[in-house]
Amino acid sequence: MSESGERRTPGKGLIDGLAVTLKMLVKPTITQQYPDVEPDLPPRSRGVIALLEENCTVCMLCARECPDWCIYIDSHKEEVVVPGAARPRQRNVLDKFDIDFSLCMYCGICIEVCPFDALHWTPEFEYAETDVLDLLHDKSRLGDWMRTVPPPPAHDVLGEPSKEESAAARKAAGPGAATAAQTARPPVRREQAP
Amino acid sequence: MPLWLDLLVRVVAVVAAFLVLPLVVGQMEHKVMAHMQGRLGPMYAGAFHGWAQLVADGVKFVQKEDITPRDADRPVFRLAPIVALFPYLVVLLAIPIGPGGLVAQQMDIGLFFVLAVLGVGVVAVLMSAWASANKYSLLGGLRGAAQLLGYELPLVLSAASVAMAAGTLSLPGIVEAWQPWWLLWQAPAALVFFVSGLAEIRRPPFDMPIADSELVFGYLTEYTGLRFAFFLLAEYVGIVVIAALTTVLFLGGWHGPDPAHLGWLWTLAKVFAVSFVIIWLRVTYPRLREDQLQRLCWLVLVPVALGQLVLTAVVKVAT
Repeated sequence: MSESGERRTPGKGLIDGLAVTLKMLVKPTITQQYPDVEPDLPPRSRGVIALLEENCTVCMLCARECPDWCIYIDSHKEEVVVPGAARPRQRNVLDKFDIDFSLCMYCGICIEVCPFDALHWTPEFEYAETDVLDLLHDKSRLGDWMRTVPPPPAHDVLGEPSKEESAAARKAAGPGAATAAQTARPPVRREQAP
Repeated sequence: MPLWLDLLVRVVAVVAAFLVLPLVVGQMEHKVMAHMQGRLGPMYAGAFHGWAQLVADGVKFVQKEDITPRDADRPVFRLAPIVALFPYLVVLLAIPIGPGGLVAQQMDIGLFFVLAVLGVGVVAVLMSAWASANKYSLLGGLRGAAQLLGYELPLVLSAASVAMAAGTLSLPGIVEAWQPWWLLWQAPAALVFFVSGLAEIRRPPFDMPIADSELVFGYLTEYTGLRFAFFLLAEYVGIVVIAALTTVLFLGGWHGPDPAHLGWLWTLAKVFAVSFVIIWLRVTYPRLREDQLQRLCWLVLVPVALGQLVLTAVVKVAT
């Protein structure tokens, strides 16, 4: 009060305080009655990770990028005879895909890094267990979570088009347009760097 | 009506009020405080908006172990909660809620009696503080003694002002003599009485004797179970008593439309309105510092009360 200008009316602070609490009294509360009422989670909530097994190629990127190494993957190779091909092709078959949610820190790197969209966030969060070992979700349990994956949020109308869209547009424009699109990017000017 | 039945009805009514009103005020405090902080407060006990929360609390307190510290002065330690609670019960005897003798015990010196009995509160604080054999309790008790003795003075002075204005010490007599313009005339006294009443019942922002962030829990630190519950109940009865006294002395008690039939309703409505203000102040204001507390008492409330006495005397002589 002494440094920041003149003294205010005595008692004004007291009245202001009472006004604040009275206003809060008549405003609706912000409490969400969780077990009785489902919470309205924001979009892209990170609840649990779901696995779409068909998309997985056992590239192991997720397991390697995981900061606390909580993804365990086992696989074997199968020979697939392709009619008309000279040799039988080899294909990876997933045997085990476990995520240990007692270690997981929900960073989402595995989902980011998956090149084939085999991993998805779902907003389900009610999977607490009485035994910590039960937090190791196996392939089938991770697959079950796929039911709860929400549809992807609508594309931002002001954002730039997705890679798939622009690639398709380039392809449709013809073979020359692809290189034109690539060269249309602002070139890196080395000479301006200090 | 035979005398014994009359007596029985009055005593039962007072005990019922003593048990019910504090619970209603306590529940109101739970809910009002919660909503003022953007919360919902108790919602489960009793199924409908947690109406039975305090009953459940009581049951919980009964189940808890009753611990008396080894070094405690046992009889004094065990007696203190009763001493804290009992005066308020006695005060409720003298508070009129309606015209025509709707009071448990009619007394010509009701005001004197009420103020004298309220003063017993300081003994309970000192008893519990000293008998606990705990340094935090002792600190809280000494703060409480300084606070209660200090605030007794403006409390009595402001009550004396209204007694002087009414020309009687009888509580029903004061309400009888009350006129609406007294709201203005006695406003400083009402304010002083209310504030020092808050300090007398050690409600926030005057809860330095308890001061849970400084003194653990002040003179209540060592109390558990039912005895602690008694102290808590004493706090809520204290709210009722101070609200009732403010109503009777300064807000015109049963005065309102149709006082002959609805008088008790007006009294109760005013009591709950004042209780709401007490809760509201608790939610809004932080605790005063110990020196600010004494400064407020001796440099603000006492002079204002004395000024009010002079004003009352002048107006009384002039009219």
